[in-house]
Amino acid sequence: MANVPAELKYTREHEWAKVDGDRARIGITAFAQEQLGDVVFVELPKVGAKVTAMKTFGVVESVKAVSDLFAPVSGEVVEVNDALPKSPELVNTDPYGKGWMLVIRMANPKDVDGLLSAADYQKLTADGAH
Amino acid sequence: MRYISNTPAQQKEMLAAIGASSIEDLLVRIPTKARLSRPLNLPRAMAETELVRHLQRMAGLNAGADEYACFLGAGSYDHAIPSPINHLISRGEFFTAYTPYQPEASQGTLRSIFEYQTMMAELCGMDVANASIYDGASSLAEATLMAHATTGRDTLVISRGVNPLYRQVVETYVEGPGLKIKSAPLGDGVTDPDALRKTLSPHSAAVVIQYPNFFGCLEEVRAVADIAHEAGALLIVVAEPVNLGLLTPPGACGADIVVGEGQGLGVPMSFGGPNLGVFAVKQELVRRMPGRLVGATVDVDGQRGFVLTLQTREQHIRREKATSNICTNVALCALMATIYVSILGKRGLRKVGELSTAKAHYAARELTKVPGVSLRFGAPFFKEFTLKVPKSPERVIKRLMKDRLLAGVPLKGFDRAYKDCLLVAVTEKRTKEEIDAYAAALAAAVA
Repeated sequence: MANVPAELKYTREHEWAKVDGDRARIGITAFAQEQLGDVVFVELPKVGAKVTAMKTFGVVESVKAVSDLFAPVSGEVVEVNDALPKSPELVNTDPYGKGWMLVIRMANPKDVDGLLSAADYQKLTADGAH
Repeated sequence: MRYISNTPAQQKEMLAAIGASSIEDLLVRIPTKARLSRPLNLPRAMAETELVRHLQRMAGLNAGADEYACFLGAGSYDHAIPSPINHLISRGEFFTAYTPYQPEASQGTLRSIFEYQTMMAELCGMDVANASIYDGASSLAEATLMAHATTGRDTLVISRGVNPLYRQVVETYVEGPGLKIKSAPLGDGVTDPDALRKTLSPHSAAVVIQYPNFFGCLEEVRAVADIAHEAGALLIVVAEPVNLGLLTPPGACGADIVVGEGQGLGVPMSFGGPNLGVFAVKQELVRRMPGRLVGATVDVDGQRGFVLTLQTREQHIRREKATSNICTNVALCALMATIYVSILGKRGLRKVGELSTAKAHYAARELTKVPGVSLRFGAPFFKEFTLKVPKSPERVIKRLMKDRLLAGVPLKGFDRAYKDCLLVAVTEKRTKEEIDAYAAALAAAVA
C-alpha cells in the first residue's frame, strides 16, 4: 500500500495538495509514481502562469507512458520546482517532498473543499482506480 | 498495393449490400453541373513500345539541367551528384522511402539515419538533428510552431530575406494556432538591424532569417541573434547544409533552431521534389522538436545498437499533445545526403562551397560588365546574386533559352519591387565557358 499522508488533500487524478493559507503546494502521489514507473521528464508551466482546477497544467513522462497533470486548485503559479528538469527521478524517490511540482496562489480557496481527504483517496486507490 | 478488379456480378453484389441500385446512385450528392456528362476525351490505347516513345517525346520538351547550363536556384540547386549515390540507394534494403515500423528490426536503416543526424547536427553547429522532414519550407513552418510552444508567445518576425515560398508555407501552418506574422525589412540586401529591433515586442516568439538569404546575401547572423535574444525571442536560421562546409555554422552564431533544404547534398532537383527538410536544435529544445529521432544505445550484451528515441514527443504516444503531426521522414533523400557527405568529406564539402562562391563572383563580375546590368544589392553574397537587367527579365530568359542557358529566376512573381531583377545561382558545376557564354548572350539580349 502506497504512502498517503493524512495532512494532504488529493484529486481523483492522483495529484496531492498541501494547503497553507491561500497557497497550495502540489505534486503527484506515491501511488501515481509507482504506476508510472521511472519518471524521465516533467513539463511544468512557468511562474506567473494561470492554472485551472481539474484542467491540465503539465505533463509527466515515464519510461512507460506520458500522462497529463491536473491542477487540484485554480490560481497563479508562484513557484516551480527547478530541480525537476535535471532530476525528474525526485518524483519517484520523494513524491511528497523534493518531488513537489508547483506552488499555486489560489484564486478561490474554496476549491480545496472539493478535494479528497487522505482516507477517501486511500479508498480510491485500494479500489484499484488509476 | 495490388490492383484487383471486380466483375459486374461483384459490383452488383456490393451495391445490393449497401442498398444502391447503381454506381451512379452513389454520386447523386454531387451537383450535375459539376459532373462530366460525356466520356473522358482520351486518345486510343497505345501499345507499350508506342507509349514509351510517346512519353519520351513529351519528356524531350522539358528544358532539363542535363541539357542546359542551369543558373537557377531560389531554393533548388544544380550541384553535382556523385554516381555512387544512385547505385547505393537502389539497393533493395534501402529503396523504400518510409520509416520502418517495428523500427528496431531495421538496424541498417536506423544506423544510416543516425549518421545523417550526426552530419546535419555538425554542419548546422547544433546539438541534435532529427531524421528529416519533408523539405526546407515545412522544416521552417515546424520550427515556428516549436518556437511558439517553447516561448508561449504568438508573433513571428520573418525577415524579407527569407524565401517567399517558405513564408507562404509558414502562413498556412500558423493559421490554425492563430499566430501573427510581422516582416523585418531589408536594408541593402540583408535584414536591417534597427528596423528589426523596432519590429520586436514581448510577444515575439522567434526571429527568422535565411543565411545566405533568398537574394543570395549573407546575413549578419550573430548581430541578429543578439537582437532576437534581447527581446526574449528565439532565433531560427534557414540555411542549406551544402553551404555550411564553408560558411560558419549558424549554431556557432547564436541560432536556437537551424532548418533548411538539404537538396543540395546529392538529391536531384527533380522539378521541385521530393526534397529534404533539415531540422536541428540545441539540446535544451530537443523535447519540443518535431519528427523522428534515432539514438544510439547498447543492448543487453553491451553491443552498440540503434533505436527510435524520445518517441513520447510523437503522435502515436502523446496523441493531440504531440509536438507535431509529423511521424515520418524522407529516409531515401536523407540517405542520399548521408552518402554525399561521406563521399565528399570535410574537404570536399568545403571545396563545393569555395568553387560555387568563386564561380558566382566571377559570373557576377562578367555579367555586370554588360552595359545596363548591375547587382541589385551591395551586401556580400555567396553562390547566388540578384541581377538588375535593363530589359524584361522574362524576355532575357526566353532569349537565352535558345543558347541552352537557364539564365535565372525572375523575381517579379515574388515581389513587384524586384520586377527588373533576375536571381542567378552558380554552383561548382558551372564552367567558365558556360559563364562566358551567358555574359555574351546577355549582352546580345539587352543590346
